Amino acid sequence: MIKIEEKLFQNRYRVDEGRPHIQISDPQVCADDCKTQSCTFACPAACYAKDEGGGVVLTTDGCLECGTCRVICSEYHNVDWSYPRGGHGILFKFG
Amino acid sequence: MAEKFDAIVVGAGPAGNAAAYTMAKAGLSVLQLERGETPGTKNVQGAILYADALERIIPDFRDDAPLERHVIEQRMWVLDEKSFIGTNYRSDAFNSDQPNRYTILRAPFDKWFSGKVKAAGGLVICETTVTDLIQEGKKVIGVRTDREGGDIYADVVILADGVNSLLAKKAGFHGELEAKNVALAVKEIHFLPEEVVQSRFNIKGNEGVVIEIAGAVTHGMVGTAFLYTNKESITLGIGCLLSDFKKAGIAPYTLLEELKAHPAIAPLIEGGEMKEYAAHLIPEGGYKAVPTLYGEGWMIAGDSAGLVNAVHREGSNLAMTSGRLAAETVIALKEMKLPCTAPHLARYKAALDDSFVMKDLRKYKELPDILHGNPHFFSVYPQLLNRAAHTMLMVDGQDKHSKEKTIRGSFVEQRSLWGLVGDAYRMWRATR
Repeated sequence: MIKIEEKLFQNRYRVDEGRPHIQISDPQVCADDCKTQSCTFACPAACYAKDEGGGVVLTTDGCLECGTCRVICSEYHNVDWSYPRGGHGILFKFG
Repeated sequence: MAEKFDAIVVGAGPAGNAAAYTMAKAGLSVLQLERGETPGTKNVQGAILYADALERIIPDFRDDAPLERHVIEQRMWVLDEKSFIGTNYRSDAFNSDQPNRYTILRAPFDKWFSGKVKAAGGLVICETTVTDLIQEGKKVIGVRTDREGGDIYADVVILADGVNSLLAKKAGFHGELEAKNVALAVKEIHFLPEEVVQSRFNIKGNEGVVIEIAGAVTHGMVGTAFLYTNKESITLGIGCLLSDFKKAGIAPYTLLEELKAHPAIAPLIEGGEMKEYAAHLIPEGGYKAVPTLYGEGWMIAGDSAGLVNAVHREGSNLAMTSGRLAAETVIALKEMKLPCTAPHLARYKAALDDSFVMKDLRKYKELPDILHGNPHFFSVYPQLLNRAAHTMLMVDGQDKHSKEKTIRGSFVEQRSLWGLVGDAYRMWRATR
């Protein structure tokens, strides 16, 4: 089992507390309509997780700002994605 | 009255820095906006620097650019579960005074490049996210930022804001990225003492080795992996088309872990200390996916314009070249006292068409479609090649003629004779 948290722990972040730069537009769509929930395995930072009610919960703290979730949610366009405020989010040391 | 610049550049990656530097050096008033804490902190690449593209912008970059190693050896490996078959090209000729390729780390490199922009007189403002383009009708006249009172105006805006290219999308200049036209790559950097890197890869001084990898590690998905030597570290990563990840239901970090555990890779990174994990989308749609490159008061360059040659793993050189050509277009128009209207900015597209950037993309324009339709190039063939090598190299009492027959049989069985001929033809047509 791979601990993605251990990978993300090596990274440097300046989290914009209380202002997530990505939001699920309509959580009901994830729970009721989306069969694949691709974001839950494709997100390289595992920001998306299936919840007990069959929906998807998003925690953006470890986000690598790649854009995968935005592009992969092609059936429902249910990811409201923008860049973090200037200076916030992932800060790559090596890139 | 808001300040007005000759040009605003959005983003401080290779495209943005090339554009901002070229214009600032020519005496234009340039504002460059970057959302990272410093230039480079948002940017991810393998990373290989192709010297030629940068030489045309900063001829003496070798004097002070933070370069890791110059590449003297390229290995290409095709992996099966436990084995690999491959080729090497190594030449002492790459040890010239002006090597052609270097490994770099993008964070320090982009910071260095940005320093050159500032030294040339460009105004670089970091920690500022551009949220919108300001338009007057169809014409782009400036940008809106997330800073208070953050509207800034210019004669032209060069978009070098990276693969997600949100600004052009919001303005309706091009559509949404499609999962089949973009690869998701993940990578790690592992630190090791310099002498360990040297001895493991049979290199001395600042010589470097790169390994490009295909085969079993991508689970049949269209994609490749890589391992690059830096001064005191090794970068390794793997990327596949996002549409394939979606179909396969595999997490990208699972692939990365499997790559690290492969018997051909594990000894190379053993004992290394992992210090960063990164992910990035790469626009791999090629020629057919390139959007409109200019309009009234704007141009788009680099990854945001999809300018990546996926076949040859080239991107940053296309980015720098497109940024430079966009800048030269603005400089030429200023000299002729012509406005940055779409008909005038068409020179940018013409210059790109005339350069290796569009020529190379055009050469491989059919390849993305062919790879989508023929995934066996990434699954069946790697296995067949490895097993063929294994069969020939196992000395087990079977005669060589029979061994050849076994190998031929395995190819025909997997792909059929017509399948083999068809594959050869398709690859020839797509790459000629």
